[in-house]
Amino acid sequence: MSEAEPAVPEPSSPPEEGRRPFLEVADLRIHFPTDDGLVKSVDGLSFAVERGRTLGIVGESGSGKSVTSLGILGLHNRKNARVSGEIWLNGKELVSADPDDVRRLRGRDMAMIFQDPLSSMHPFFTVGAQIVEAYRIHNDVSKKVARKHAIDMLGRVGIPTPDKRVDDYPHQFSGGMRQRAMIAMALSCDPELLIADEPTTALDVTVQAQILDLLRDLQREFNSAIIMITHDLGVVAELADDVLVMYGGRCVEYGGVDDMFHRPLHPYTWGLLGSMPRLDRARSERLMPVKGAPPSLINLPSGCAFHPRCAYAELTCGLSETEVPELRVELEPTHRAACHLDAAERRRVWDAEIRPKL
Amino acid sequence: MSTDMKKAPASGGAGESGGGASDGPLLEVRDLRKHFPVHAGLLRRQVATVKAVDGVSFSVGKGETLGLVGESGCGKTTTGRMIMRLEDPTSGSISFEGREISGLSSGQMRPLRRDIQMIFQDPYSSLNPRKTVGSIVGAPFHLQNIETPQGVKKAVQELLELVGLNPEHYNRYPHEFSGGQRQRIGIARTLALKPKLIVADEPVSALDVSIQAQVVNLLEDLQNELGLTYVVIAHDLSVVRHISDRVAVMYLGRIVEVADQADLYTRPKHPYTTALLSAVPIPDPAARDDRARIRLTGDVPSPLNPPPGCPFHTRCWKAQDVCRTEVPPLADTAPGHAVACHFPVPDPVPGP
Repeated sequence: MSEAEPAVPEPSSPPEEGRRPFLEVADLRIHFPTDDGLVKSVDGLSFAVERGRTLGIVGESGSGKSVTSLGILGLHNRKNARVSGEIWLNGKELVSADPDDVRRLRGRDMAMIFQDPLSSMHPFFTVGAQIVEAYRIHNDVSKKVARKHAIDMLGRVGIPTPDKRVDDYPHQFSGGMRQRAMIAMALSCDPELLIADEPTTALDVTVQAQILDLLRDLQREFNSAIIMITHDLGVVAELADDVLVMYGGRCVEYGGVDDMFHRPLHPYTWGLLGSMPRLDRARSERLMPVKGAPPSLINLPSGCAFHPRCAYAELTCGLSETEVPELRVELEPTHRAACHLDAAERRRVWDAEIRPKL
Repeated sequence: MSTDMKKAPASGGAGESGGGASDGPLLEVRDLRKHFPVHAGLLRRQVATVKAVDGVSFSVGKGETLGLVGESGCGKTTTGRMIMRLEDPTSGSISFEGREISGLSSGQMRPLRRDIQMIFQDPYSSLNPRKTVGSIVGAPFHLQNIETPQGVKKAVQELLELVGLNPEHYNRYPHEFSGGQRQRIGIARTLALKPKLIVADEPVSALDVSIQAQVVNLLEDLQNELGLTYVVIAHDLSVVRHISDRVAVMYLGRIVEVADQADLYTRPKHPYTTALLSAVPIPDPAARDDRARIRLTGDVPSPLNPPPGCPFHTRCWKAQDVCRTEVPPLADTAPGHAVACHFPVPDPVPGP
């Protein structure tokens, strides 16, 4: 076991030494009051991303991963969302900042790639016009220069004959090209932080591979920080440096990508790994699903939100039903998990029961 | 661990390409085509044809699972809908238990609907929100005028139990269930009339990862218990590998490769299959750098205007002149392993 959770976990460097990491989220809470009760979509989330690094956020639907990304961009309506905590981007705090200041950052310093490119591009304007608009908001340039920049960007993301396609409408693009155009739009102002919310979920595998390669190359070129939100552990393994696993609005495990796949600490992460049929292993007789269904955020289970689905919950002698486990550093200095089970016991279960079956 | 431990229980010859079973394949599809006309202009004249499915042949033995994979727009769903006769084939034959069904009228099809059922992709839109689970799952009994020994309610409750739902939820509405549970309701409805063949169109792609595994396991258990035959249509290659005995890969309306599951995934012969397999992200960060990757460029050509010759030649790195002019036939390269390619990948291939 180890000391209690420091205020701000940083996987790459110890906290409070010199400068802050490029993006730092500390104790972020995003709650939505509704008629049925308070929905705690994100409840005490902390993480950090450096430039040139990729953080993968993994979780099932309703685990709060997209709400987190919208929260960082400041896209929640303050009238119906209660946002608290701190978001530091490049030394600026965003939660308490004036919305107009955040708006100026959005698009220039941080940009987002949305999941569904068809519904997030305007069908009435050409692709070029939409990129030009985004570029001219943040850069005082003529339309001509902006258009040239849009053509450059489209070419950069691998759209053939960009000087012609720039005048096409979104419906004239295929799914993969639309996603590329969206990436071009997001990158048009060289953002330092790129948030990709399920960027490849709607795409076929061959196109997905192209987009992932593209993101990797662009990151190398622009040295941007990327937050990759996905439910596909394969995509995370391909792209991420650090991984954060969310469940019921909280982080249950946070660590480096190698630790996460080779030495996962949380039973939920084990469940996710056991649920996937894998092409890189011999075909297994059966998959090992997590029993039950993801919880409703209005009515989260008491204590550890995962306990009704956890196969090892009874080993905690009832603790998991009453107390919310804290995110603690375990074994490796940068690998954290929120679980009541004794770390040594979990290590034993992983080695003896879970890993041989994967 | 053997890769072939999961074997279909019902018939001995399930692993063969269908012909090996003593009483012939359950489903045999020959040269199936579906062309959709495209109308345009004031007079709605036909200006083009979308060849959604263009000459597909395969057979499925009793108790076998055939996986149909391919990218969006390759015609896999249309093929499934034609087997169900939800879509009328333009030409070709579909024979079910030796009986030709492609020309049957909807009235003639009705008794057959007991034997051929479908699991739909989207568990949200495939259940009527205004009907209770009881009436959704019980509807097939009423439609087919089937007597149930202890009443429809009892039969429905047994079905709900079979798919792992609480039989007391008989009177609830679909919105009270989660996505995984809804998919189970859809499966219970499918199983109501004890079908012989189930066409499952992307049965798990709308579900969360942990729920996906539950439904995959359920489908396998039901197959073992009830001796079902599946045609599983999916784009997720790892799910298809897990669930299928044989796999057919489709590209632009045609089958480009069909083989036993183990054979196809370890020794893919068609360049498209190898590219598809190498594009699947592997959930192992250590495998990031040492994988032989084949990156396809561009997109699938439009089925409105498919390229001449081999449909894949525009993206194929092995394409030669003959590929641009001649359509390669689907021919056996090994027993049970058929490939439509002029230059199949030789054994062994560097693969994942």
